[in-house]
Amino acid sequence: MDARITLHVDGVARSLTVDTRTSLLDALRDHLGAMSPKKGCDHGQCGACTVLLDGRRATTCLAFAVAHDGATIITAQGLANGDGLHEMQRAFLDHDGFQCGYCTPGQICSAVGMLEEAEAGHPSHVTQDLTGPVVLTDDEIRERMSGNLCRCGAYVNIVAAIREVARKEGSA
Amino acid sequence: MNPFAYERASNAAGAVAAVAGHPGAAFLGGGTNLVDHMRLGVASPDLLVDITKLPFDRVEELPSGGVRIGAGVRNSDLAADQLIRSRYPMLSQALLSGASGQLRNLATTGGNLLQRTRCVYFQDVTTPCNKREPGTGCSAIGGYTRYHAILGASEHCVAVHPSDMAVAMVALDATVVVLGRLGERRVKLVEFHRLPGDDPWQDTVLGHGELIVAVELPALPFATRSAYRKVRDRASFAFALVSVAAALDVEGGTVRDARVALGGVAHKPWRATQAEAALRGAPATAESFRRAADAELAAARPLDGNAYKIPMVRNTMVAVLRDLSAEATP
Ligand SMILES: Cc1cc2nc3c(=O)[nH]c(=O)nc-3n(C[C@H](O)[C@H](O)[C@H](O)COP(=O)(O)OP(=O)(O)OC[C@H]3O[C@@H](n4cnc5c(N)ncnc54)[C@H](O)[C@@H]3O)c2cc1C
Ligand code: SF4
Ligand code: FES
Ligand code: FES
Repeated sequence: MDARITLHVDGVARSLTVDTRTSLLDALRDHLGAMSPKKGCDHGQCGACTVLLDGRRATTCLAFAVAHDGATIITAQGLANGDGLHEMQRAFLDHDGFQCGYCTPGQICSAVGMLEEAEAGHPSHVTQDLTGPVVLTDDEIRERMSGNLCRCGAYVNIVAAIREVARKEGSA
Repeated sequence: MNPFAYERASNAAGAVAAVAGHPGAAFLGGGTNLVDHMRLGVASPDLLVDITKLPFDRVEELPSGGVRIGAGVRNSDLAADQLIRSRYPMLSQALLSGASGQLRNLATTGGNLLQRTRCVYFQDVTTPCNKREPGTGCSAIGGYTRYHAILGASEHCVAVHPSDMAVAMVALDATVVVLGRLGERRVKLVEFHRLPGDDPWQDTVLGHGELIVAVELPALPFATRSAYRKVRDRASFAFALVSVAAALDVEGGTVRDARVALGGVAHKPWRATQAEAALRGAPATAESFRRAADAELAAARPLDGNAYKIPMVRNTMVAVLRDLSAEATP
């Protein structure tokens, strides 16, 4: 069954007709040509499809596009300001935070969303004092990024990239 | 995936009417379990009624000192809520141990309670499974049982309930507030999920079209000293092998009261009433904690692949209680 929806993707309102069965990920990639979110598993297990959905990081493979009619989405591509890279993108380049790059757009969106959660003081599974301030140690970064798998195993450099941005922002 | 119609509910009564009046309909929360099941062929609703725009997204303090959690509150927001963090730390910890950051931003409180087992046979439509297809048999019995139940199972199903959140909530004596066509009813969470018995396809006591609107937690002052510990195959982003939620009230070296619940052991979040009874009035020592664990585990019946869960539950329970009692003696 078809539905007419509007998604605000990387700053542009896009109207499209989708079958209700279309995932948000497939709507972005196959209907709107937003190719930075990747399909790794299609079961919520890898994080490659992570975008910022209404300002928060979210997987898009276990969401129906029709259920997000009207949503504002920022993909990894949309984080850049034209040719000016987002500081998280820059840090991934500077630290070699990838090898094949397949997981990278999801990693970057997740990292940006994660830093905002930490800034808002949200604890993680490894936070000792649930009501205290959040300091992004490497353990904290690893735990908070555990929803993003990297088959190339670039984890050490991914953590380094995120640590650098977190330090600049005063959260590590 | 079968075709389906989609509706966005604008009020709770309308959502209930839409699903109750349509046998093939289902509520849609964050979708992180239902969409997966639809893709796997485990579920095939022909109408989805999206309830995420209903005004059930608040965590409120109750006059009694308890807390009311809207069914639409996202797992991430509930874990980060100040009331929950300060009064019921085991609940924040349980939520934070589940899934991943980007899934918790989608997953709702109602959907988390109703998520279905991760039994591999249940999720694989090519294998017999009494829960998915009544009467076809249980592939797990005599098959791969490493993740399965040690308590309360039946000859028809040995699956476990996968939720972390529900384990902490059952220890906290939560009540589920449900809206049906005839109005609201309240169900104790400990009675909300079922044991498999002869009808393992029925996970809970919820009827078709009944909508979870909220979960209420009673005041429990000693829960400020509580913890959730989850044992799993990797350090993060994995379901529990076993887990323990506990709160401990210790004074002068004696346990005055305790709450204990177990995850990964049964078809439902398991309230460890035998352990609690053994703890009340006992000295707060490792010996008492071991005895309490043994009291609970006396009824355990391991399968071929999961006998390891018995010492794992015992050790985890003793460790959690020991840490909580150490916090009590400065
Ligand atoms: C990769 C992965 C890893 C995970 N790891 C964990 C983990 O470690 N621990 C853990 O606890 N969970 C884990 N989960 C499960 C996750 O917590 C659940 O999928 C989530 O909580 C379900 O919530 P939802 O809102 O997305 O539910 P949905 O998928 O929208 O719905 C689930 C079910 O509940 C029904 N429903 C939803 N809301 C209501 C309501 N208010 N009233 C009546 N019926 C309703 C739906 O009809 C459906 O049948 C994991 C999931 C994934 C995909
Ligand atoms: S344990 Fe339950 S869910 Fe798993 S195969 Fe057997 S009947 Fe199905
Ligand atoms: S493709 Fe969405 S989590 Fe893997
Ligand atoms: S860089 Fe190849 S999967 Fe991560």
